[in-house]
Parts: sequence; structure tokens; C-alpha cells
Amino acid sequence: MVEGFGGTYGLIVLLATVTYALRIGGDLVLSRFKRLHPRVEAGLEAVPAAVLITLVIPPALTGSPAEAAAIAVAVIASLRLPPVSVLVLGMAVLIAGRAAGF
Amino acid sequence: MTTAAATTSAFTPRQEFIDGAREVLPIAIVPVIFGLAFGAASIKAGLDVAQTLFASATIFAGASQFVFIELHGQAISAWWVVLAVFAVNFRHILYSASLGRKMAAFSALKKYTAFFFMTDPTIGTAERRADTVGLRPAFYFGYNLFIYALWLVATAAGAWSGRLIEEPARFGLDFVLPVYFTVMVMGFRDRPNWLPVVLAAGITSTILFHLVGPPWHISLGAGAGIAAAVIIAKTPATREVDDG
Repeated sequence: MVEGFGGTYGLIVLLATVTYALRIGGDLVLSRFKRLHPRVEAGLEAVPAAVLITLVIPPALTGSPAEAAAIAVAVIASLRLPPVSVLVLGMAVLIAGRAAGF
Repeated sequence: MTTAAATTSAFTPRQEFIDGAREVLPIAIVPVIFGLAFGAASIKAGLDVAQTLFASATIFAGASQFVFIELHGQAISAWWVVLAVFAVNFRHILYSASLGRKMAAFSALKKYTAFFFMTDPTIGTAERRADTVGLRPAFYFGYNLFIYALWLVATAAGAWSGRLIEEPARFGLDFVLPVYFTVMVMGFRDRPNWLPVVLAAGITSTILFHLVGPPWHISLGAGAGIAAAVIIAKTPATREVDDG
């Protein structure tokens, strides 16, 4: 058992508090500034793509070729197809690739 | 792009809420699968059903909850658990910094309630919404409350049945989110300097994943992408030169 913080419930409350503090932290810091430097603005505009791509590339490259192929197909399909079709197509490539033993 | 927000306020809150919930449908299976897995794994790690549900209801961050139950059974100081959860959830600081600026339509109460429900899929969906028709509270809560409800119900079901899902990999369920995030990343390709940002973050996170290991490859990799945007950004001075 983990030691400290009043047992399991105490620890869960602490973890929930830490997580919520992180969820509001960026906004609390930035909302203190009335105007942001254009470079800061540019950095913030980059946040969604910058974070989400880190949840894609490492798992795609550490898995089998099926994972990498699924991501590659999804990237190309996104240029033309709506999101749901891309998701279905990418998953189809992955499942087919894994079934084929890649 | 953002000026479109003002022209499309014809949406009723009810319609916005439904739109938000509908956006979840393509990935609705994901919180269900992970919730079932978390519920079962949590019971196995020695928590009871009430503690398991309490964790899902208050922390509401899947990966860090798995870290918590993984460490729970070990005779270590609780500070290590706190540190691990801090590291896994650190990226949320970046999310709220970015998304907070798009929440002009939110009251303070709604905004700080909204942040509680913010997850990885949220940031992609909400930022995209802000880019297109503007982000309003009803849409945001429609999307996130649906995911939250699925997460809690699945946690309960997993805890009560106590059975781990056998081989989620067989149906590719372990890889739905990376494909979904790919779609989201591609959705931002109209933003300035998108390609250098994605390349810098993707390459850096992959290198760090192998050198340092998870979870810091996420925040540090993203930091590299953000740094690329900051460096390349056109400041007013450079913009004048361009226009002239």
C-alpha cells in the first residue's frame, strides 16, 4: 500500500486536485496578461497540433508496420475525406494489417 | 477564420449540445473500452468499487488513473504517485493556455467547470470548433459530458464484472485514438507554420520516447513544436516588411 495522505480516498482527492490544477493552470497564468506578444500567440496556436502529434508518432513507429500504415493512410485520406471516413479507413488498414500478420 | 463565429450564432444551445454529443459517436467505443479496463484493473489492484468510481469521477484522466492503480499496491511514498500523475497530466497546462483564449462565450463559472472535463479529444474538437463556427458552452458540454457519462458507466461495469477485456488489440481498439488524433492534427493544417510545428513535435517526441521514455516525451515533444512556432512567428516588425 502507498503510504501517506489519509488512505486511498485522501490520495485520490489529492490526485484529482493536482489534475484539475494542471487543467486550469495554463489559463490562470495567461489570463493575467491583457495582451500577448505575437510570438506567444503563435506558440499557443501551435498547441493542439503539437501535443496531439506526440500521441500519434511514437506509438505508430514503435508498433508493427500495420500501425505506421494506418497512420500514413489516415494522413493522405484526410486531404480529401471527411473525418469519420478517415477514421474508418485507418482502422480498416490497421485491422487488415494485423490480421495479415504484420 | 474566427470572424465566422459572430455570423453563425443562430444555433440554439440545445442544437449545440446535440451537435457536441454527436461529435463523440465515432470514438464512443474508446471511453467505454478504457473505462471497462480501468474498472477491472482497479479492483484487481485492491481498490473497492466505490473507490474505483470515485477515482474515475474526480480524476477523469484515463492514463494517469492507470498509473495510480499501478503504483497503489506498492509500498512507496504517496508523493511518488503524485509526481507520476503530475508528469502524465502535465500537457493539460498547454491545453488550457491555448483553449482558454477561445472561451469568450463562457462565464467564469462555466469556463472553470469546463476545464475539469478537458481531455485529449476535447482539445482537438473544441479548437476545431473555435476555428470554424466558434466555440460555445453548450457544444463543449454536450461533447464532454457524453464522454464523462460513458467513462463512469464503463468504469462501474468493469469494476462490477471484474473481468479484464481480453485482447483489445485484436479489434484494433488500442489504436483508435492515435488514428483519431491524426485526423485532428490534419484538421489544423490551415494554421500558420503547421508543418514545421508537427515535424518538430513529432520528431522530438519520438527521439525522447526512446531516450527518456514516457510520459515526458509528450510535453517536451510538444514544447519543441511550440518553440518552432514561436521562432518562426511573424512579429509586427517582420509583417510590415512583408506588406511593404
